[in-house]
Amino acid sequence: MSSAPVRFGVVVFPGSNCDADSYHAISTFTDTSVQYLWHKDTDLKGVQAVILPGGFSYGDYLRCGAIARFSPIMQSVIDFAENGGLVMGICNGFQTLVEAGLLPGGLIRNTGLKFVCRYVNLRVETIATPFTSACQTGELLRIVVKHNEGNYTVDPETFARMQADDQIVLRYVNAAGDQDEGANPNGALDDIAGVCNAARNVFGMMPHPENSVEAGLAGGADGRKLFQSIIDTVLRAAEVTA
Amino acid sequence: MSQPATLEAAVTLGLSEDEYAHICKIQGGEPTYVELAIYSLMWSEHCSYKHSRPILGRFPTSGPRILQGPGENAGIIDVGDGWAVAMKVESHNHPSAVEPFQGAATGVGGIVRDIFTMGARPCVSMDSLRFGELSEPRQRFLLDGVVGGIAHYGNCLGIPTIGGEIYFEPSYEGNCLVNAMSAGMIRTDGIVRAIASGVGNHVVLIGSKTGRDGIGGASVLASQEFDETLEEKRPSVQVGDPFTEKKLIEACLELIHRKLVVSMQDLGAAGLTSSSSEMSSKGFVGLDIHADRVPLREADMEPWEIMISESQERMLAIVTDAQIADVREVCERWDLDCTAIGAVTDSKMLRIWWHGERVANIPARRLADESPVIRTPSVKPDYIVDEPVAVDDTGYPPSADLGATLTQLLAAPNIASKRWAWEQYDYIVQANTVQIPGSDAAVLRIKDSQRGIAFSNDCNGRHCYLDPYRGAKAAVAEAARNLACAGALPVAVTDCLNFGNPEKGEIYWQFEQAVEGIAQACEALGTPVVSGNVSFYNESFGQAIYPTPMIGMLGVYDDVGVHIDDAFKAEGDVIVLLGAEAGWMDGSEYQKVAYNKVEGRVPDVDLRLEVELQNRLRAAIEARLLRSAHDCAEGGLAVALAECCIASGSSGGAQFEDPEAPRSGRDGRWLGADVDLGSAAAVAGAAGRPDLALFGEAPTRVIVSVAPELLGPLDEVLGELPHRVLGRVTATNLRCTMEDKELFTVAVGELHSAYESLPQRLA
Repeated sequence: MSSAPVRFGVVVFPGSNCDADSYHAISTFTDTSVQYLWHKDTDLKGVQAVILPGGFSYGDYLRCGAIARFSPIMQSVIDFAENGGLVMGICNGFQTLVEAGLLPGGLIRNTGLKFVCRYVNLRVETIATPFTSACQTGELLRIVVKHNEGNYTVDPETFARMQADDQIVLRYVNAAGDQDEGANPNGALDDIAGVCNAARNVFGMMPHPENSVEAGLAGGADGRKLFQSIIDTVLRAAEVTA
Repeated sequence: MSQPATLEAAVTLGLSEDEYAHICKIQGGEPTYVELAIYSLMWSEHCSYKHSRPILGRFPTSGPRILQGPGENAGIIDVGDGWAVAMKVESHNHPSAVEPFQGAATGVGGIVRDIFTMGARPCVSMDSLRFGELSEPRQRFLLDGVVGGIAHYGNCLGIPTIGGEIYFEPSYEGNCLVNAMSAGMIRTDGIVRAIASGVGNHVVLIGSKTGRDGIGGASVLASQEFDETLEEKRPSVQVGDPFTEKKLIEACLELIHRKLVVSMQDLGAAGLTSSSSEMSSKGFVGLDIHADRVPLREADMEPWEIMISESQERMLAIVTDAQIADVREVCERWDLDCTAIGAVTDSKMLRIWWHGERVANIPARRLADESPVIRTPSVKPDYIVDEPVAVDDTGYPPSADLGATLTQLLAAPNIASKRWAWEQYDYIVQANTVQIPGSDAAVLRIKDSQRGIAFSNDCNGRHCYLDPYRGAKAAVAEAARNLACAGALPVAVTDCLNFGNPEKGEIYWQFEQAVEGIAQACEALGTPVVSGNVSFYNESFGQAIYPTPMIGMLGVYDDVGVHIDDAFKAEGDVIVLLGAEAGWMDGSEYQKVAYNKVEGRVPDVDLRLEVELQNRLRAAIEARLLRSAHDCAEGGLAVALAECCIASGSSGGAQFEDPEAPRSGRDGRWLGADVDLGSAAAVAGAAGRPDLALFGEAPTRVIVSVAPELLGPLDEVLGELPHRVLGRVTATNLRCTMEDKELFTVAVGELHSAYESLPQRLA
């Protein structure tokens, strides 16, 4: 297939520290191009998918992501998302999407009150998203979490609506694939690790798939399917348009 | 300006009477107060190495791979394909003892600056920590704060902290040790050195504003023993801002890669004073610094305070006229202050100006390089004995339940898993981590290359206490062995030499002995010392710590794909012990845990055998003959076997050969082992006792596992090296026999619970 490469943009806030890893992860796919999007700019440079990377934007000295959400680039990302553009927030990027109101809920301090860096098993709860379409429903992905504020919470009414609308995308489970208190690294409500918006084009997750794209590394390669889903989605849309 | 620079003032600043007289001679009369303050810092033990310099010359420091030895911000080693590694370790013991969180955090910040100052992108941190016993609430507070501080700073920077080591001994109770090691990747043609040059060039200060934090950190805090004034010293501890440091890393590396600076130096101990005097001294030039141009946090700071402040996250750069606009643009983009505060001159003097008035005028070279050298006459301490302890049944009644003793040892804080600590560190950021914490070494790949690098750090302080020469030698040997167990070739050392008060003859003797041990081992193993740090005055109320010469070592791979870890991999694999059969009581964890004693004399490392073992082991790994390898250290053979079994239940390492292999295939389940230790009479040091064959300690021993069909080829590779088949990898239980008589059988699940029990001690 000789389709044009899928154009990714990785936002760089001051204090982002998984921007280079996200960039590298996307570069490991053959049918992609990737560029950085600087927080002081407003131009998304024609990208087809935006990644908000992990890290400590603006030092996270206020609530995580609370300052990043006001940066010039985020105003463009919000417009992009409202027009159906694909936006994926990883860790600090998830926190930023929640602060920006693009995703429901909030991410509060881990119940263990400590930063936690650990392999977790994620169960894919829905493949009806542009970010999980290459997975199987119920499939387990082994990916690393590393965060201090990953405890997802949301009010009961919104939670009920999210469940009804199939917005819970990833859950922490044990190696057998079952929900289990010991498998949840941060105390998140109902073991939620990743959610999407009602329109399904904005997705946030706490674990780090960008550190899980190469089998030769400790992080393994289970994260590839999430990036592959985005690539497939964009290519399919291009075919439809063509 | 009003303070008099009298002898009394000099003594308050930590200078001696002789030093004051010497200063007056250099300055041609009574110095100004600013000059005196500058001398007091630069001639402090921490900055001048006045007690250690005469001894440190003993180290081998050069070799074909060494691009930069000691004397710069970090040592640099060629690792192939145009890549080099910059590495260094530094202590932040006293700040951490006073304020553990910020003390440790700024320790990380300082060592990371040393790495990127040279143009290297920091790619790994490791931390070597020592505390008193965990039964003491204050020690738990210190541990919690130090680990939290390391995590806070390192995680925010996006530099993986891939482990380290933590030990607990009463001797560290009043004076914990926090040794932060960092390394970075750099192209061999991109190295920047901290040398000022080019008369007329600008001196530019980049980064945080200067405040009153850390005034006198190097002199008041780092170069004195602790006493009851510990709490009052808290204002001497700096406060870290990792967000600014992260921006500094990006901005400075851009400045260096775009060749927008002539040279660069970070502001560490003694702040602007040390950075400016070292840069001018190395460049044989002078520097004019206008202290009134330094951006301040507090408006009313005096020039001497500005010159010695240890405010963090600041860099000094030498910049040409043509470069300065671009430098300003880069700093502005990263929202960093960038201020021209002076110029390079041909005066060879460090001149400090304050609103047009010259307040200091010091010959830079004499300040930086001519501090007094002090050599304390050394005295062998009375506690040192020449012979191993007599292991008789009265002093050392043998354990009745060896399985229970094994469980007890695995739960001992010095042996137990440090997962509680390393799970607080981001060990995977930067996408290079091949081996996560918990095995013998940290392993990273080099992107776009087959090559890889590995790091280890080691020091058994108890062994160094009983015999500093043998203990230090063993620390180097063990660091190298840990790398060899992962399949890496050891190539260089950075060391952090933590000792008590060097003005005491016994401490100086320990120091001399340890340096000699390190030097001999480094020569034998071909690992020059490329950088390091000496930390003296680690005493509280006159009680010195165990001598703790921490060794950080770099290893290299031509093909990182050969890497293995310590976990048993498959039932039926053959378990082989490489090295001599020995097990000594002296200085062992068994001696401490079971008998509450620390006495005797530790065995000496046979360096010829050590080199032989490591070479053969590495050859076997490179030939892909082995499934796992693990060093036998604290707790002896039995603990090492238990660790290999426990590790089989978690999949920490990577699987290069078979990317499709299920990595979590055995999650929650363990492999066991069935081993026969032969005859205790054949084990040197064991006095015929099974417990010492199991738990006694000796250097130069490694446990490997091998697929049965590869045992023949392995035998060939090992050749003359002493080795013996111990048994097989099995399921579920660790069973040990001796000449077919059962010593114990314990479920690995039970061993695992003991090994992971550290959090319960911290609750």
